[in-house]
Amino acid sequence: MPPPPFTEGAFPCTECHDPEIPVNKTRRTLEMSHQEIELKHDEEHRWCLDCHSSTNRDKLQLASGEQIDFTESYRLCGQCHGDKYRDWRVGVHGRRSGEWNGHKSYLLCVHCHYSHAPAFKPLKPMPPPVRPSQLAKGGKS
Amino acid sequence: MSRTLPNRREFLCTVGGCAAAAAAAGCSDLTHTSWFRSRFREMPEAEKKTIIAELEKEHSARFQQPVTVGVEPPMENVEFGYALDISRCIGCRRCVHACVDENNQSREPQLQWIRVLEMDKEKGIDFAHADAYYDAESVPREGHFYLPVACQQCENPACVKSCPVGATWKEKDGIVVIDYDWCIGCRCCMSACPYGARHFNYAEPSIPTEKLNPKTHYLGNRPRMKGVVEKCTWCIQRTRKGRYPACVEVCPVGARKFGNLLDPESEVRYVLEHKRVFVLKSELNTRPKFFYFYGL
Repeated sequence: MPPPPFTEGAFPCTECHDPEIPVNKTRRTLEMSHQEIELKHDEEHRWCLDCHSSTNRDKLQLASGEQIDFTESYRLCGQCHGDKYRDWRVGVHGRRSGEWNGHKSYLLCVHCHYSHAPAFKPLKPMPPPVRPSQLAKGGKS
Repeated sequence: MSRTLPNRREFLCTVGGCAAAAAAAGCSDLTHTSWFRSRFREMPEAEKKTIIAELEKEHSARFQQPVTVGVEPPMENVEFGYALDISRCIGCRRCVHACVDENNQSREPQLQWIRVLEMDKEKGIDFAHADAYYDAESVPREGHFYLPVACQQCENPACVKSCPVGATWKEKDGIVVIDYDWCIGCRCCMSACPYGARHFNYAEPSIPTEKLNPKTHYLGNRPRMKGVVEKCTWCIQRTRKGRYPACVEVCPVGARKFGNLLDPESEVRYVLEHKRVFVLKSELNTRPKFFYFYGL
């Protein structure tokens, strides 16, 4: 599994979030840092510290209070998206590469779904095929 | 095989005496010697070796790089199956182009094994109104869904039955293959296939030297010639070595699943047992091993 896709310079979080500084747990608009994050992921009900641990800033936090590494973020996603988590674990949700009968590599949920706005972004399609009528003339589509 | 076909080498030697003529003329050109090859599935090991060596030499010279032609047989206890999640496919055509690159399809004139059909959500699966030539700034387009179609690797393949020369057959692992040296270009298989999955080289296929995938298989992606039919082989050159097909690995939404139908732990088996699955044109009793499913 490739490493989690951190924003450049964002990890370790404790580089900036000094454990000595008391944590402001109030829900608010961020003004000092992370302004680029526009939460579009059940934002009415959730905020940073629902997923990011307030006691160990380099960790994520499950609903149970258990702290987990960013490399295990799928456990966090799986708390709400249990059906997708189940399919992902058997290799049916998401992409796998490698060997169908041997070593497989997985992607984390966040490799395809940006955690703060997880809807899959539309893509530009690759060029359409040449129509047979054009093909006969040796032309391009 | 239910009947014994005449040995082509003997037949030609008797009728035309051209083998003797070719030998007398010292002709080593493959375009001539390929007339005397056995079908790949009947080919004695010794003949296989000579032919592979000749082919590798020819292709390496033509494409100015070492080209290998594999002969990997089907694996024991393996029957391949494929599943595609149409609730995920966004019609981006990454698979089409990855397939062209992996399988050495002709660039000019263009030939593609995978066709992505755009369909109206309102109409459902309706081939009469499907569009393969859609172009857009971004996909998926509002109100549409996408259905990629390539060879369905039927359990009961109409194409195989229609071939008058036995140049195409179903292998033990379920892959329907073509022996390009035996194909006479009659295109009966193309009209027999209900999925439009077979494609004909009307002109001499061309691949830029630097675009060639040098890892090939005799029954798969080795360079083809004018006048033969070709189609998807589930990347036989990769899958018989345990790898996933190229389209599976390139799909950005992970809609494509591949594995061994005989292995209860495989991804395809999970799909078959847990998802809503269908095959195309099931009423024709072709029994495809390419399944479409709704993963959502």
